[in-house]
Amino acid sequence: MAVIAFLEIEGGELKKSSQEVAAYASALAKQVGEEGVGVVAEDVSSVPSFGLSKVVKVSSCTDAKACAEALAKIAEEQSASLVVLPHSTFAESVSAILSIKLEASAVTNVIGFPETAGSFVVKKGIYSGKAFTKVTLNGAKKVLTLKKNSFGVGEAGADLTVEANGATGSADSRITVTGEEKAQGDILLPEADLVVSAGRGLKGPENWGMVEDLAKVLGAATACSKPVSDADWRPHHEHVGQTGVKISPNLYIAIGISGSIQHLAGVSSSKTIVVINTDPEAPFFKAADYGIIGDAFEVVPRLVEALK
Amino acid sequence: MKILVCITHVPDTTSKISFSGDALNKDGLQFIIGPYDDYALARAIELKEQHGGTVTVLNVGTAETDQIIRKALAIGADDAVRIDAEPTGSFFVAKQIAEYAKDKGFDLILMGRESIDFNGGLVHGMVGELLGLPVVTPVMRMDVDGGKAKMEKEIDGGKQQVEAELPLVAGCQEPIAEWKIPSMRGIMSARSKPLEVIPPVGVDTKVAFSAFEEPAPRKGCTFVDAGNEKELVDLLRNEAKVI
Ligand SMILES: Cc1cc2nc3c(=O)[nH]c(=O)nc-3n(C[C@H](O)[C@H](O)[C@H](O)COP(=O)(O)OP(=O)(O)OC[C@H]3O[C@@H](n4cnc5c(N)ncnc54)[C@H](O)[C@@H]3O)c2cc1C
Repeated sequence: MAVIAFLEIEGGELKKSSQEVAAYASALAKQVGEEGVGVVAEDVSSVPSFGLSKVVKVSSCTDAKACAEALAKIAEEQSASLVVLPHSTFAESVSAILSIKLEASAVTNVIGFPETAGSFVVKKGIYSGKAFTKVTLNGAKKVLTLKKNSFGVGEAGADLTVEANGATGSADSRITVTGEEKAQGDILLPEADLVVSAGRGLKGPENWGMVEDLAKVLGAATACSKPVSDADWRPHHEHVGQTGVKISPNLYIAIGISGSIQHLAGVSSSKTIVVINTDPEAPFFKAADYGIIGDAFEVVPRLVEALK
Repeated sequence: MKILVCITHVPDTTSKISFSGDALNKDGLQFIIGPYDDYALARAIELKEQHGGTVTVLNVGTAETDQIIRKALAIGADDAVRIDAEPTGSFFVAKQIAEYAKDKGFDLILMGRESIDFNGGLVHGMVGELLGLPVVTPVMRMDVDGGKAKMEKEIDGGKQQVEAELPLVAGCQEPIAEWKIPSMRGIMSARSKPLEVIPPVGVDTKVAFSAFEEPAPRKGCTFVDAGNEKELVDLLRNEAKVI
């Protein structure tokens, strides 16, 4: 019996969200007296254990279908009743297909540890962060995706050598990838612990230099409001909110963003929120932990200096 | 080309969400077509305008959703189907859609990347797997050329261009199209367009939602004077401990 953790690698290392998945799966495995088994798809020779007892590598996991097939085989081989995945765009697609293959109960964006006495109950955010619900998973098998920054990573533990595993899946031959553009060298927004974000208050794309400076001194990712990406001031994948990326970093700094309910829907689960806005009545201050009422064009450069 | 667009019935994005016991408090809430589904619908109608064919909208819901289905017809869908059931979970809904669509010969089954009520994001993947069709999500651009769809989709930290054979299932998001507003003529003609109501198939839902709660309020905002940014840095380091 085992709990399976699907782990994503970026630049040869476990992504932060996957470290959390590993810690979560191994804590859960311990609680129910099973083994925590990690599954990676990329080439990597060893990973920190985070309490898992082994990590296996599946080959040819090139799309969501192939990955779901390989995971289903491993789940069967290990008689696993539970598969935990990070809540990335890719893993979300994998989880849907996997849940059908395993005839499992599936819940995405789970927050925190489940209740396992009697029924298996998890908590998740609904209405785009405006409420929470508890979900009972009735199926004998279960597939969960874990919301980032909702559990913590704990101790990294000793390195585990990644074992080869024969399980493979076949990619969907009806889909051909013809091109790809990835932000290079930047900190990926969904993975970032610190995020600096700016809105229409910045008046034009030429004023983003100070936002990037602030992000740089902090080691933060950059984000923006919807009107900003709609106007092509910033790339679409930086847009956070109801219809954009949903993030839950430790720190979210909002500069010249009014704090509309749709914007808040994507950022309200950030641990700490700082708002910089000229308007003392900006709704964002009501959702903030720290605020500066002032002109971003003066405040942000001073903040950069103060951080240096 | 035959296009199916699956739409959700969700509270307007500005709604304040509250619960009475274990049910959503619907007093004063205005319900809309899910914003992501609305993008899918808008693109479906554009594709129909370019290539001919039909757009059918489908909703799994009770009679209260007829109002948004009529809106979808007013925007330009040709006909509609409501599967008469409370949508009690991703698998339940996916199974209803797959059962309906399996022998209808749709070239495209479009829907939003996720619903904005339960934020599951699973239905398109499940429908694709149940029907044995390719699934592409979240799709930001889509053009159809011959028997193929050329698409751009979001990937973690970037985007990818893909081509896929029809039929296929796609989860959609902006900027695939601009939301469409019904015209007066559209609203008039929507009244006479067919809306078929069919019973659901029996499905083991596999999940049960209960115990709704609202997020704990934040502790309130501590203001720092402009010019005193050092103090903010100090608070972030030593009080919030986030940097
Ligand atoms: C269905 C739907 C979905 C939506 N989804 C999203 C979403 O996902 N994400 C999103 O962001 N929006 C979304 N929106 C749009 C949302 O309603 C707001 O219009 C948007 O968030 C406003 O962006 P903003 O705060 O950048 O701009 P504004 O509301 O124009 O605010 C600009 C702010 O900058 C301040 N400001 C001006 N000058 C300065 C200065 N010099 N220094 C400091 N502050 C200054 C102003 O006081 C103001 O508060 C959605 C809307 C709808 C209807």
